[in-house]
Amino acid sequence: MIQLENVTKTYPKASRPSLDDVSVGIEKGEFVFFIGPSGSGKSTIIKLLLHEVAPSRGRVVVNAKDVTTMRSWKIPHFRRSIGCVFQDFRLLPNRTAYENVAFALEVIGKTKAVARRVVPEVLELVGLGGKEHRYPHELSGGEQQRVAVARAFVNRPLILLADEPTGNLDPDTSIEIMRLLDRINRTGTTVVMVTHDSNIVNQMRRRVIEIESGRIVRDQARGVYG
Amino acid sequence: MRFKYVLNEVLVGLWRNVTMTIAMIITMSVSLTMLGASVLMYMQVDQMKTYYYGEIEVSIFLREDVTEAQRTAINQAIETNPLVLSKTYETREQAFEKFKVLWRDSPDFVKSVGPDSLPESFRVKLRDPEQYQGFSSQIKDLPGIQDIVDQRELLDKVFKIFNAIQVMALVVAGFMAMAALLLVGNTIQVAAYSKRREVAVMKLVGASNWFIQAPFVLEAVVAGLVGAVLGFGFIFVGKIVLLDGRLQALTNVLTPIPNGNVWLMLPLLAGVGAGVSAITAWITLRFYLKV
Repeated sequence: MIQLENVTKTYPKASRPSLDDVSVGIEKGEFVFFIGPSGSGKSTIIKLLLHEVAPSRGRVVVNAKDVTTMRSWKIPHFRRSIGCVFQDFRLLPNRTAYENVAFALEVIGKTKAVARRVVPEVLELVGLGGKEHRYPHELSGGEQQRVAVARAFVNRPLILLADEPTGNLDPDTSIEIMRLLDRINRTGTTVVMVTHDSNIVNQMRRRVIEIESGRIVRDQARGVYG
Repeated sequence: MRFKYVLNEVLVGLWRNVTMTIAMIITMSVSLTMLGASVLMYMQVDQMKTYYYGEIEVSIFLREDVTEAQRTAINQAIETNPLVLSKTYETREQAFEKFKVLWRDSPDFVKSVGPDSLPESFRVKLRDPEQYQGFSSQIKDLPGIQDIVDQRELLDKVFKIFNAIQVMALVVAGFMAMAALLLVGNTIQVAAYSKRREVAVMKLVGASNWFIQAPFVLEAVVAGLVGAVLGFGFIFVGKIVLLDGRLQALTNVLTPIPNGNVWLMLPLLAGVGAGVSAITAWITLRFYLKV
């Protein structure tokens, strides 16, 4: 599903690479944590998978497509198979929960009729039934992140990327979001989550890949934060 | 639905920054008016050239003391010259009659000029008006000739003035176009900034590049089109008020501007206005909206 082959990423002006000769494979349906201290390069992995940045060396393969050599006009279509959740939610403040999710469908060419059918369903799935018409500022942080997850998942992506999704949430809310991601994982969606929330990692007991200074120092099935 | 979405985005975008939109439209319309006027003038001069060059004559004015023998010799020389298409002879009396008609509005001036003050002349049409120099040099040394005047030279002076006005209009059009394009660029920047969140989400969920860019580009295109229609309006009204109204007398000399030519300006200005705006917007987006 996801292959990094000897990937090195050096940002311009950086003294050392963010990722240094990293190789890792992730199978379909896996739930993987990337952990490590700030600046260790774990967020760079998300950017590489989305093709927001290109690797300096090595190959990135996602959904059997070599992202490294992908023509730029193909990238938008490629991204439709990947959902993405961030620490700061990235919701549109002037749109309701429903509209935020529907927006993601409409801008990739789905009709309003499709949105009317699919959006309430996915909002129900993330536990926001009845709050469709609230604006983000009328929702709690946890609820906002649920909207973001709904938006990422509404298109039924093969992969869900989560970049510190619990970074802005209290522990109890974080657990709820994790339950939600787990539920999504159980539908067969591959989930890749970058975090430094040790509680969560320890509770979930999933595959843990630890990165330090751009290198993989641990790759453990059913691991803990350590 | 996508069409409706894009249209809505365009209208909202134009309204969000309405003062900038107005500035953009005004500069665009002035620039396009100047462009249209100079193109019209170009077509006009072209048309006048074909019209007047067909009518053009070389006048050979004879000295006051010209003898009968000299006159016959000159007549002979003109008649046998291969460059000449046709010729007429104009006596002093005929010249004075023409003069009276020409200046009929100022009888005092006519009175001060007697029938004897005007010279007699041959009026010659050349096969090719461009051949004036050759013709003139072959004949100018004959005795009894006072002066040879090529109307073409006079006309060329008039055309030079037109040319200068046309260049001026083009320069103004160029400067205004520059201002208009900077405004388009700026408007697009502002629009891209105020929609940065939407754009980020669109990129994230995989909206196609054209779908992200289309509302911005169309915003500029709509402004360009409105500017073009306004510019066309200015030209149309200007033609009616100035040329058909106040400066009617001038128009008789200028040969009338056909309405078809004026109407032709509408698609021309619309095309230039929309096209140039679209390209500017698109280039601006390359810088401010990395997709």
